[in-house]
Amino acid sequence: MAWPTILKSTRDRVLPPNLANYNQFRESFSWRRAAQELTGLPEGNGLNIAFEAVDRHALGAARDHLALRWLGKNGEVRNFTYAQLMEQTNRFANVLQELGIAPGDRVYALAGRIPELYIAALGTLKHRAVFCPLFSAFGPEPIRARMTIGRAKVLVTTQSLYERKVKSIRSALPFLDHVLLIGEDSLPPNLPDTLDFQQTVSHASDAYTIQPTSPEDIALLHFTSGTTGTPKGAVHVHEAVIAHHITGKLALDFHPGDIFWCTADPGWVTGTSYGIIAPLTNGITSIIDEGDFDAERWYGILQSQKVTIWYSAPTAIRMLMKAGAEMARQHDLSSLRFLASVGEPLNPEAVVWSKEAFGLPFHDNWWQTETGGIMIANFAAMDIRPGSMGRPLPGIEAAIVHRKNDGSIEEITEPEVQGELALRPGWPSMFRAYWEEPERYRKCFAGGYYLTGDLARRDQDGYFWFVGRKDDVIKTSGHLIGPFEVESVLMEHPAVAESGVIGKPDPMALEIVKAFVALCPGYEPTEALRRELLGLARTRLGAVVAPKEIAFVASLPRTRSGKIMRRLLKARELGLPEGDLSTLEND
Amino acid sequence: MTKEQIRETVFRVLGQIAPEANLNHLKPDRSIRDQMDLDSMDLLNFVVGLHKELQVEIPESDYPKLSTLNGCFDYLASRKNAA
Repeated sequence: MAWPTILKSTRDRVLPPNLANYNQFRESFSWRRAAQELTGLPEGNGLNIAFEAVDRHALGAARDHLALRWLGKNGEVRNFTYAQLMEQTNRFANVLQELGIAPGDRVYALAGRIPELYIAALGTLKHRAVFCPLFSAFGPEPIRARMTIGRAKVLVTTQSLYERKVKSIRSALPFLDHVLLIGEDSLPPNLPDTLDFQQTVSHASDAYTIQPTSPEDIALLHFTSGTTGTPKGAVHVHEAVIAHHITGKLALDFHPGDIFWCTADPGWVTGTSYGIIAPLTNGITSIIDEGDFDAERWYGILQSQKVTIWYSAPTAIRMLMKAGAEMARQHDLSSLRFLASVGEPLNPEAVVWSKEAFGLPFHDNWWQTETGGIMIANFAAMDIRPGSMGRPLPGIEAAIVHRKNDGSIEEITEPEVQGELALRPGWPSMFRAYWEEPERYRKCFAGGYYLTGDLARRDQDGYFWFVGRKDDVIKTSGHLIGPFEVESVLMEHPAVAESGVIGKPDPMALEIVKAFVALCPGYEPTEALRRELLGLARTRLGAVVAPKEIAFVASLPRTRSGKIMRRLLKARELGLPEGDLSTLEND
Repeated sequence: MTKEQIRETVFRVLGQIAPEANLNHLKPDRSIRDQMDLDSMDLLNFVVGLHKELQVEIPESDYPKLSTLNGCFDYLASRKNAA
């Protein structure tokens, strides 16, 4: 069914949106002009993300403005002004200097949403080392794989995460020179072959001069998943900050004085681009909640912190929906001005519900690890077509294309025709490489476009609508999971002859990870074995990557060349006619 | 329903979600989620599982009461006895 458009009126506006007239703004926009909103390093020494995020405010009138407010799981609060954040990140940059870390070396972080993670991220960028966040819910195997690919030199983590997830794989990480451990429960860490984060940082100098940084120097390494093979490390450079900054302003409508809450974890790209960088470059206050999703807690934060802009994800929004609009109405959420969502398409029901519950609709937007920042969005001043991801940002040229068998592409200009979503390269936060995999990178481009792997269509007014993934990557609770990574771990069990992993549609998480397993001769498909496999996968991969369901099958369908036909597994799971899928199989 | 039956049910549901966990080692007053590395879908499945097995309605606003083992036992006992 078609959902009625949510019309925007100037009467709804508390503040005039930064992007008031889409067409006009789009026409006059240039990245060169966007770059002029930033300061650049003193004496023309280039462009550094951390300087734009922290130092330029700390050295100016905003020095005492609140940059970060951290809310601990158990009610603790820690505040950092821009001046304090500059001092802390300077200290961390000096720690790296003293440890002999060179520009370009990789500094990894594995931690929950705690202040030390944000300090480490920004301090790493100041030192011109490469910051690579890992999701703290990963099990040892995804951690090992990602640290090996990027040859992590430093790891910042907590004592308990180290003991649970890193200690057992440390011997497989010979390139890892230093582990900085953050103590917990006010206790200093005490493990061999590690350094005490707090102690090391507090002994370092709080003065640090950022050395000349080229806009093309590598800043961030974000891992993402493909259908096959190992995870891919998307490389982002310091110039990305131009896009972080301007997309925060245009797509999230940041205004001076805003209190912004991005609920994403910095283990994923949203939690870095918009959980760390964009609010800081815009000089506003960012709320960080250490706690996990809990409807009452979240409404409590929105109310007590007087959050004005809230950036969240569909799974969380659907969980709030399940809790009911009544719960929302019991809180004073009158400070809220703008709501945005990302991670997977936001269903129209949720958009419409949010308007009822909050008086404000969620604005869906679309981007991915490779794009580094928001590319397509529903803007504050633009009518919302519920279910649509919106229109391309100023400076972003999006198209729907069809990949031909010879590798070339054909642009589809006709509206309402499904094809692959493609973007014209050239925006500052575009990934510059997959870490040491030039061939994989090259394959993402054709005919002058970056091919996103997402299927979409465009309506006659230029709104884009998500259709699905072109490949077999699974989208679950806003995370991207590569089926191969899951299949490989299941295959380690002696009972497993072969396995195929798919995303099974789920009303809450969009998809859940489901594994199909065929057993070796001599093994019986018992409940005990199913639990054993589930336990193995959870231990090795962590809860977010491991399957939620495991089914035994006699054999797995394969193509003539031997590839597992995951799409056929999916069709069977959904009860779709199998014949229709032959054309979808890209062999 | 006895306290022992409730305890058994909670452990059975948790065991189905995370069979790798040693449930006897869980500290009864600390967060189950943190100790067992559960994600938000696991938590949802936990509540759905308890609802199915025990036939009690668990409104979302009560989810925080289920965050520790002792919290689960107390909450479910009071719900069961009230029913």
